[in-house]
Amino acid sequence: MKKDRSWLLLAPMYAFTLVFVLGPVIYMAAVSLAHHTAAGFTWQLSLENFRKMADPVYLQCFRQSLLLAFLTTVICVGVGYPFGYIMARLSPRGKRAMMLLIMIPFWTSSLIRLYGWQILLQARGPLNGALLALGIVSKPVKILYTYPAVLIGMVYALLPFMQLAVYNSVEKLDWTLVEAARDLGAGPVRAFLTVTLKLTLPGLMSGVILTFVPSMGLFFISDLLGGNKIVLVGSLIQDQLTRGSNWPFAAALALVLAVITTLLLALYRRVTHTAELEVMF
Amino acid sequence: MARKPRLPARLYLILVVVLTYLPIAVVVLFSFNSSKLPVAWKGFTLDWYRQLFRDRALMQALGNSLLLGVASSFFAAVIGTLGAMGMVRVHYRSKGMMEYLSTLPIMLPEIILGMVFMAFFALLRLPFGWTTLILAHTAFSIPYVYLMVKARLSGIDRSLEEAARDLGAGPARTFFDITLPLIVPAVLSGSLLAFAMSFDDVVISIFVTGPTLSTLPIKVYTHLKTGVTPEINALCTVILGVVVLVLTLSFLLRTRREGSHPSNKEEVP
Repeated sequence: MKKDRSWLLLAPMYAFTLVFVLGPVIYMAAVSLAHHTAAGFTWQLSLENFRKMADPVYLQCFRQSLLLAFLTTVICVGVGYPFGYIMARLSPRGKRAMMLLIMIPFWTSSLIRLYGWQILLQARGPLNGALLALGIVSKPVKILYTYPAVLIGMVYALLPFMQLAVYNSVEKLDWTLVEAARDLGAGPVRAFLTVTLKLTLPGLMSGVILTFVPSMGLFFISDLLGGNKIVLVGSLIQDQLTRGSNWPFAAALALVLAVITTLLLALYRRVTHTAELEVMF
Repeated sequence: MARKPRLPARLYLILVVVLTYLPIAVVVLFSFNSSKLPVAWKGFTLDWYRQLFRDRALMQALGNSLLLGVASSFFAAVIGTLGAMGMVRVHYRSKGMMEYLSTLPIMLPEIILGMVFMAFFALLRLPFGWTTLILAHTAFSIPYVYLMVKARLSGIDRSLEEAARDLGAGPARTFFDITLPLIVPAVLSGSLLAFAMSFDDVVISIFVTGPTLSTLPIKVYTHLKTGVTPEINALCTVILGVVVLVLTLSFLLRTRREGSHPSNKEEVP
């Protein structure tokens, strides 16, 4: 047999990933243990950065980020699961048209779409105009720069991932199994819970991860729609890097965030028994 | 076969889609508004489009973003495709770890990726600018191509390649005549997705760009923070127009192709 040279194909990706992905991550982990000084940092082993995180201000920040990520994910599941489910049952033509309708916003700048929400939600904007005209409110309500506005922005930015992940997995579903459950006497709800939901769990779970993970760090959404009131871990990291120039503390924050993310991914693999995320698009 | 959705279900889909397009519609509408403030309609104008094409800085940023997207998705396409081909062939013990690492960039929140890139590039003393932008964008683009091509490869019959080799084709010939034509759709859709991600990225770019180099999303972000001019609306409308045109054309082409070959079962990308 000839010598196997397949490793040559892998070499560029191995090299690139080791140097430019693993390298930076290890470096960050090292910096998180360094000591912050006015001029930058010195390689003096300390846990001060992690101890600092126990400060109520920072704990509150983590709590707020986790809560926002949680609410975003729950709403995305609530809206996106039915969407993907119904979409997967359309005619082939309908499916493709719907795919097109989802892909178009995806290709438009997410910043610009947030700007659209800024216009819609502002005090003298269309939404308030409609509420006033319908007599629901008597004077404009403040929506922009509040918590609900940030939540709207988050759900809006991340919903397509849920829609597509669920769609892909319902699309692959063997419907005869659902029919069999119905024939054997299961009601529609029971058939859904025991067959459909179970079989589409990988899609649902990858949707959950693809919405939960980014929503912890999308600082520009809370920045643009929440004013400065909602400080997420993402904004905190950015702030520490740019204004505070405290790299060790930023690295420690990022490391904790990365650990939370990794644990969730591990949980995903445990629950769904899949090694990989559902491939989307 | 699944039952077709009933009317309320269809209405639900339409409602969600309408809500999705609402903010985009508002941006497009106000790009034609003669008032500078996006609060009231003051009459139709094309002035913002005229100003947009005269805005050198904005056009420069657009050019930078296009170039960056093309360069990084090209490198990602090459590295990711080779990586996927290698990964389905080898059985190393480190394979699982490597698969995890190669998809790590899309498993980490962008903010972390941005900061680790910045810290690492500073450590290597790379000049912040094109080099760092392209490296960072290539790094987060590889997983898209890699995952897509690997999924496609696992659905391909390996005996096709073996047959070509048995019939005397060399590895290069086998690749170009057999493997490549089979995986081209996956390579293309992976690179397109990578391009879209790169073209829209603001978080990572902010961290790794240089003081004089600006991409379109960075420019737009600064505008949004300091005060928007309707030029931005106009720019978005132009980009939207191009996207709608390209995607609709490909949609129609595909529909037509399918119409002429009713037996063709199409794969949803």
